[in-house]
Amino acid sequence: MLLEVEHVSHQFGGLWALRDVSLQVPEGALVAIIGPNGAGKTTLFNCIAGALRPTRGQIRFAGRRIDGLPPYKIARLGLTRTFQLTRPFHSLSVYENVLVGTLARFHSKSRAEAKAKEILQFVGLADRAQRLASQLTTADRKRLELARALATQPKLLLLDEVMSGLTPTETGSLERLVRTIRDTGVTIVLIEHVMRVVMGLAEQAFVLHHGQLIAAGPPQEIVRNRTVLEAYLGEELHLADGRAD
Amino acid sequence: MHKTRTDQQVLGTQKIPTSSIQRYIRFTLPILIGITALSVPPLFLRGYLLDVVILIVFWSFLGSAWNLLSGLAGQFSFGHAAFFGIGAYTSTVLLVRYGINPWVGMLFGAGLAALAGSLLGFLCWRYGVRGPYFALTTFAFAEVLRLFTNNWTFTNRSLGLQVPLIGGNSLLAFQFELDKRPYYWIIVAFLLMALGTTIFIERSRTGYFLRAIRDDEDAAAALGIPIMRYKIVAMAVSAALTAMGGTFYAQYMFYIDPTIVFGAHVSVDILMRPLVGGVGTPLGPVIGGILLTPLGEVARALVRTPPEFLPFADFIRGRSGLDGLLLGIILIIVILKVPQGVIGWCEYRWRQR
Repeated sequence: MLLEVEHVSHQFGGLWALRDVSLQVPEGALVAIIGPNGAGKTTLFNCIAGALRPTRGQIRFAGRRIDGLPPYKIARLGLTRTFQLTRPFHSLSVYENVLVGTLARFHSKSRAEAKAKEILQFVGLADRAQRLASQLTTADRKRLELARALATQPKLLLLDEVMSGLTPTETGSLERLVRTIRDTGVTIVLIEHVMRVVMGLAEQAFVLHHGQLIAAGPPQEIVRNRTVLEAYLGEELHLADGRAD
Repeated sequence: MHKTRTDQQVLGTQKIPTSSIQRYIRFTLPILIGITALSVPPLFLRGYLLDVVILIVFWSFLGSAWNLLSGLAGQFSFGHAAFFGIGAYTSTVLLVRYGINPWVGMLFGAGLAALAGSLLGFLCWRYGVRGPYFALTTFAFAEVLRLFTNNWTFTNRSLGLQVPLIGGNSLLAFQFELDKRPYYWIIVAFLLMALGTTIFIERSRTGYFLRAIRDDEDAAAALGIPIMRYKIVAMAVSAALTAMGGTFYAQYMFYIDPTIVFGAHVSVDILMRPLVGGVGTPLGPVIGGILLTPLGEVARALVRTPPEFLPFADFIRGRSGLDGLLLGIILIIVILKVPQGVIGWCEYRWRQR
């Protein structure tokens, strides 16, 4: 198992955002964490990525405990996250954005530069490399976010709602990119609301509701799960365009 | 890895000019022009005008030092007077009480300021004091030091300290009472050092990391950059350079007291030039210095002896503060309308064409 979340609970003041969540992600897998808004998905990501220290529980990455470590140390171990609202370095160009990532990873400046160009080609941003990051379209920003994450040569990628705000065409294109990334050997954990993406990409889905894990399994089974359906239908519905039939 | 031409065409990365004529135009000529421009003032100016030029370079130097932390790294400091004062007091106290050479004292001051800044930065950034709260904390820090030196007998309390005159010029003693031109050369050397440091850092890995930290600290951390380490480095270098300016000031004015070196007006004066000229750009503080310093002097001269034809000449004669008022208005206009400063605005227009 590459990532092991063991009985993680997290409290914000008086509110328990996560309650006794346990899950495991094997190396090479592509899994999704889903659930209604406010279920605790991003809190879980933040705990895994080091932005938060879980109130209770342990998190292990490649056998090594990472809960409580600062985010930059976790990134250096090979676990990189992206942000739901893209956060490009706005005063830098697309190329420089990725370069920051490769410089953090490689000691040699020339290697870092070469790798940055390689990654830009890989995600399809090479022809917009000199543009300022702040001038990109939403779809391109998502690509940049991915490119920057790839710059750190991650073993595991946490993608936080990477498909949000995209047209169906853009979604399909990004889906292909995510699959290609997985094919290069990177383990991927997605938070997703767009069910079509979950069905199409994920091998396993973990469902969170009110901070608790209520179901786990292949997406096809999950969408038929009674508890899951009640969780979604009991709240504000946000199942984009992928309802199970 | 070998750069292929397709890479460069596709990515638009710049090629360094290889022909010798191109190299001459791009690098050597501007340097020659710069050297010529810098050599003019001491050849033709004396007295008050030379003082003004020295002050222009002086404030540009301090602004440049501030820029490293607050422009490049994005950690806005409102209390750089703290480091200025640490430099001024360290070298002057060591000189007056123990006879230690001011150049040596300057190094001690720079070291002490770097230490103080690093400690302050670490405490703030470790415990989540960021942005405007960090700015306020630096302001408070300078104030604390002002009150401290104002009440400490070791620093002669509110009476301040006088740099003993040795009579005449001496590079060793860092004093030039008779002929002030060496002050000019020294402060120009300081400015070039600050500019050189800024440009060197900007192009290095550290520079990229600092700009990333400035733009989005959390995203930078998520990429594996140890942000605390880099912020402290920026802080230490910025503080050390500022402290050197403090020593220079003491040796130039021959007198310091807590309010003169730790006062809030110093912090504002330091940040004004980079702010107006272009925060975060190497030349911003210089442009700001060239624009604002003479303006301040003209405003001061205007109230001292206002031209007779002005209807309110009688009203303003002898009053003080017009320079402060003017600079305050300029600051407000710049922050509201042109926050990226003169250079930022020029770059923006350049990109529009």
